[in-house]
Amino acid sequence: MKTTSPARMALFLAVAAALALILPYVLTPYYLGLVVKMMIFALFAMSLDLLIGFTGMASLGHAAYFGLSAYVTGLTALTLGWNVWLALPAGLMASAVAAGLFGLLALRTRGSYFLMITLALSQLMWGIAFGWRSLTGGDDGLPDVPRPRLWQGYSLTDGVSFYFFAFGLIALSGWLLYRITASPFGQCLRGIRESETRMLALGYDIWRYKFTAFVLGGLFAGLAGSLYVYYNRFVSPDYIHVARSAEVLLMVILGGAGTLIGPAVGAAIIVALENVISAYTERWVMLLGFVYVIVALFAPNGLTGLIESLRKKRAGP
Amino acid sequence: MSALVIDSVSKNFGGVQALTDVSFSIAPGERRLIIGPNGAGKTTLFNMLSGAFPVSSGQVTLFGRDITNAPPNLRANLGLARTFQITNLFPNLTVMENLILALQAQHEHAFSMFRLMRKESALFDRAQALLSQWGLSDIAGARAREISYGQQRQVDLILAMAGAPKVLLLDEPTAGLSAAEVVRVVGMIGDLPADMTVLMIEHDMDVAFDIADRIAVLHQGCLIAEGTPDEIRGHPQVTEIYLGAD
Repeated sequence: MKTTSPARMALFLAVAAALALILPYVLTPYYLGLVVKMMIFALFAMSLDLLIGFTGMASLGHAAYFGLSAYVTGLTALTLGWNVWLALPAGLMASAVAAGLFGLLALRTRGSYFLMITLALSQLMWGIAFGWRSLTGGDDGLPDVPRPRLWQGYSLTDGVSFYFFAFGLIALSGWLLYRITASPFGQCLRGIRESETRMLALGYDIWRYKFTAFVLGGLFAGLAGSLYVYYNRFVSPDYIHVARSAEVLLMVILGGAGTLIGPAVGAAIIVALENVISAYTERWVMLLGFVYVIVALFAPNGLTGLIESLRKKRAGP
Repeated sequence: MSALVIDSVSKNFGGVQALTDVSFSIAPGERRLIIGPNGAGKTTLFNMLSGAFPVSSGQVTLFGRDITNAPPNLRANLGLARTFQITNLFPNLTVMENLILALQAQHEHAFSMFRLMRKESALFDRAQALLSQWGLSDIAGARAREISYGQQRQVDLILAMAGAPKVLLLDEPTAGLSAAEVVRVVGMIGDLPADMTVLMIEHDMDVAFDIADRIAVLHQGCLIAEGTPDEIRGHPQVTEIYLGAD
């Protein structure tokens, strides 16, 4: 197992934390908003990495949990007037339950069949969001979702306070995901990724591990979705669409699956690219495809894999 | 009580009769070899015993417990371990991590998310001890896919025996090895605890007759002979299969 020395790790975390604290005071509100979007998608990508990179389950329907949580948080905030303490957990709960139910079906398959069934299930959710106009507003979506209200009279209306709110939750989630992957449970997930038959022969009830990982992945994706609906103050069927699932899949692959940090960086890059490029052209999706081809050809193990192999090359054979 | 009882086991793969009514039982601590030409159904029988495929009919009993329909992981937890004919390791994990997974399989804390793997020093110590016992300490940090084929076969064997199973199924552990490596692996099998029951498929007749307490011969899915190495050596039908008629 390749490990970074604790001192370097501590230094890295200290620098990252300092940067995170300074950013709101040096960036313009527009760029601060962009950073929040990057962080939300970083969490989304890391949640998918738990499935793809660690457990070897390639899901093409991960936006289902992102979108469902966003809808539940947005709807309960809009129609029931729930504050963030209720609306956010409600979203998380919904995405975890959905992941549990979908997991019961999808985990009967593996490989490309798993990919297809997760895709189908997420498109089912998309169909509901699109078609049930009276509840979801159809393709108009739900506008004017209020920013989180922490307590009576204190809403996170300004960019800086929302930034810290999102940053706190995402940093905590990132740490939890790291702990999960560094635990015996996480080691078992890697074993399942490498050889399910060997894990079974060793006595592991692999279904239990895969199911738990699947629900956890859905839960963290749900948190990203709920934060995104507060961030955008809007939710539409696009949140669930397969294009979004594919986008987050690309973030994971671009950054390097199975590393957590890689997909987070991949997410930041894609969000930044999208932001810059969509200012000039509407053919953003085409460019996304181009990025995918480049990555598949020149960095099949993503950016972290690329850095790793360059470092090896420099160190000599 | 027998360690393992195979009672009229048959397997039908969509019309192809891979095993027909195979019955034999193995005593605790016995070294039982299964031989037979290619396609005789040896690996199919192993897959029935380990639970990789369901039987078409018949019954399998492990120390008096019916395991015919038990899932593979339950059989492993009951003390039945196996190796694979085609090396089946965790290729992108280090040899050390491979062993850790084998060792923690029987621990409930394998499911824990609140411990840190790197702090499980008892597991690392046991894995280290196993590696040095078999003289493989220097490859502990290498990824399983990077070590030599001979080493992979040895690690495969260590993974299966790490959990101290009661019954160990070995599927051609010496296949494809050099002469020196065969000696090494046969030595490893010889060093297994005497009370461990070993059921082993082997193509190399010298190895088979050397290790075996008893031998079962499969041919075209049927058990055609069973007995001590001497009995098998003199068995006319076995000689016919291996050397041809007349």
